Amino acid sequence: MSEPISISGRPVGASDREDGGRAAADELALLARLRAGDEGAYEAFVRAHGDALLAVARRFFRNEDDARDALQDAFLAAFKALPRFEGGSKLSTWLHRIVVNACLMKLRSSRRRRESSIEGLLPTFRPDGHREDVGSGWSHEPEDLLENGEARRLVREKLDQLPDDFRTVLLLRDIEELDTAATAAALEISEAAVKTRLHRARQALRTLLEREFSR
Amino acid sequence: MSESVTCKQLIDFLDDYEAGTLPPPTRAEFERHLSECPPCVGYLKSYRGTIALAKRSAGSCGEVKMPEELVAAILKARRAGG
Repeated sequence: MSEPISISGRPVGASDREDGGRAAADELALLARLRAGDEGAYEAFVRAHGDALLAVARRFFRNEDDARDALQDAFLAAFKALPRFEGGSKLSTWLHRIVVNACLMKLRSSRRRRESSIEGLLPTFRPDGHREDVGSGWSHEPEDLLENGEARRLVREKLDQLPDDFRTVLLLRDIEELDTAATAAALEISEAAVKTRLHRARQALRTLLEREFSR
Repeated sequence: MSESVTCKQLIDFLDDYEAGTLPPPTRAEFERHLSECPPCVGYLKSYRGTIALAKRSAGSCGEVKMPEELVAAILKARRAGG
């Protein structure tokens, strides 16, 4: 596996903080059992973290089998690396990084399907540089759409329609919240390429959503 | 519409504008264009909305329950030396 990529911390809610002490103690106890080779501890470990990590893996793949394979690879990598886990970060954060790395490795090693072009989803301009395709605007405020479960399902569907190279950059930057340098390192591309792909991915997704949400 | 910054230039450098990394004179030109070009204002608004929707939607896939067969497969692979 490549070097773990740096992932920015996620906000911690008040309830997380209240339960933090007990959860940390439970985590330490589980780690001690794992390091002692307690067979039951492995199952407890998988069950404690599997649901959240499967949700992460599913974001990266359109295919459920690929998401499950990546998650299995991630857990096996985590089992091997557990003796070196020093508790510098939360166990769930450490595992999250391992799953993202496993997903990226699988994406890299998979034979890519022929990528569809993104050009048709980008805005077009007149020779003088002004917009050719002035849309009619969205029928709802984006803030209202955020609260709509059907709209969120539609957004996930449109995200899946982006070509892999663009979709992966958008996932890493906008959803996993990696910075440009970490995304470039994870994908083994230049920072300039990350910026270009991200901008094109956002524009393409905007176009796909406009078709659904236009007045 | 502004002649100094075109819609294409505005959209090409939208991420730099949003990140606050445009030099102040260029930023001022962008903002002048926005004050005169309602379609670009609409584009910027929907671009920001797209990012917000992507963040929110991908992070809320509903209740995910790991299938029992996957738990079993992972534990079996570990015992086999994975």
